[in-house]
Amino acid sequence: MPDAFPAQPAAGAGHALPPIPGTTLFDGDAAARGFALNAMCYSFNEAANRAAFLADEDAYCARFGLTAPQRKAIADRDVLGMIAAGGNIYYLAKLAGIFHLNVQDVGAMQTGQSVEAFKAMLQAQASGQTYEQAVEGSFAHG
Amino acid sequence: MAEIVGAYFTSHVPSIGGAIHKGLQQDPYWKPFFDGYARVHEWLAEVKPDVAIVFNNDHGLNFFLDKMPTFAVGAAPEYHNADEGWGLPLYKSFAGHVPLSWHIIEQLVADEFDITTCQKMLVDHALSIPFELAWPDVDAWPVKIVPFAINTVQHPLPSAKRCLALGQAVHRALQSWQGDERIVIIGTGGLSHQLDGERAGFMNRDYDLFCLDHLATDPAALTKDSVHEIVRLAGTQGVEILNWIAARGALGEQAAEIHRNYHLPISNTAGATVLLEPA
Repeated sequence: MPDAFPAQPAAGAGHALPPIPGTTLFDGDAAARGFALNAMCYSFNEAANRAAFLADEDAYCARFGLTAPQRKAIADRDVLGMIAAGGNIYYLAKLAGIFHLNVQDVGAMQTGQSVEAFKAMLQAQASGQTYEQAVEGSFAHG
Repeated sequence: MAEIVGAYFTSHVPSIGGAIHKGLQQDPYWKPFFDGYARVHEWLAEVKPDVAIVFNNDHGLNFFLDKMPTFAVGAAPEYHNADEGWGLPLYKSFAGHVPLSWHIIEQLVADEFDITTCQKMLVDHALSIPFELAWPDVDAWPVKIVPFAINTVQHPLPSAKRCLALGQAVHRALQSWQGDERIVIIGTGGLSHQLDGERAGFMNRDYDLFCLDHLATDPAALTKDSVHEIVRLAGTQGVEILNWIAARGALGEQAAEIHRNYHLPISNTAGATVLLEPA
């Protein structure tokens, strides 16, 4: 008898797939873990909420019930920490906007280099270098 | 009978909006990118569409993680932009084509696509910037829209194969529409880029050129990779190529490229502009 429900590779089992260096997939685990942090960041679509955060960061974070790692990552302005705590970059970008940080600033923060070095790394990819070559050059030149 | 005049594909990087706002089109950083739109303007003036079917993705303006549809279809009389939180100018509103939305929705569900319908849907830079690029200096958009939002935020994302099939089903729905509109298909986003993680700043010219080289003549080639593999090749946000793949499906089986521009970096992204016509 044919199997009506043949075994499929587990959909969403991202952890079973070969990892992608320096990359976190925002999957169900992350979405569940990051819900409070992302909900707070989503609220920053409204100017009044951005002002309330700036006026009293502690109180604003408390309203959303952030986990301890989320609160610490926010306090430390630690983007990789926010991602580890379930933050999604589209929502985190709204937090970055409060501090007038753009995606190059956030890229530099995550890759541990100056904004100028990060931009030079992007530019190097324009002149035919692969990402890997551009990164190598970037760190070779400090 | 309605006619599909062609398809327009473009990146939608937010900073493009900032550059338009500041009038930086001739600035040396931006010129190679903006120069790719002169042909788009000419073409749109030639083919004169009055409806646009737009495949794009929400970036946390309309949808939050409490409800995250895989495929959402707009059925609203109008669509508004709103504050995205980081200082973009507020963009013009869009008129919806409600009867066509419901026709497509009915046909898609009959075709076994379990979509989400939205009678209200905010639209973000992913929809507004492609229009600002295509029709600069208009007071009101010359087309009514039917917007599709594809989940590119929360994995699992729909497969590239499924996105192509969705687009093909939209094409069939357009073929059975009895109106006399001139329809342009629009796919927005990409190409390769990654904003998050230690690999932030990743782009991949080779993969982008593979996508561009196959988009017109062999779009199925873009569907052979899993979403996980597309993330590896295109970056975490490079998965926006799914919007292009769905749009390519909606154009119809045979297509020819009539224009292409590719330039990186635009912000952290490989920027691309393509026009295809039915062949």
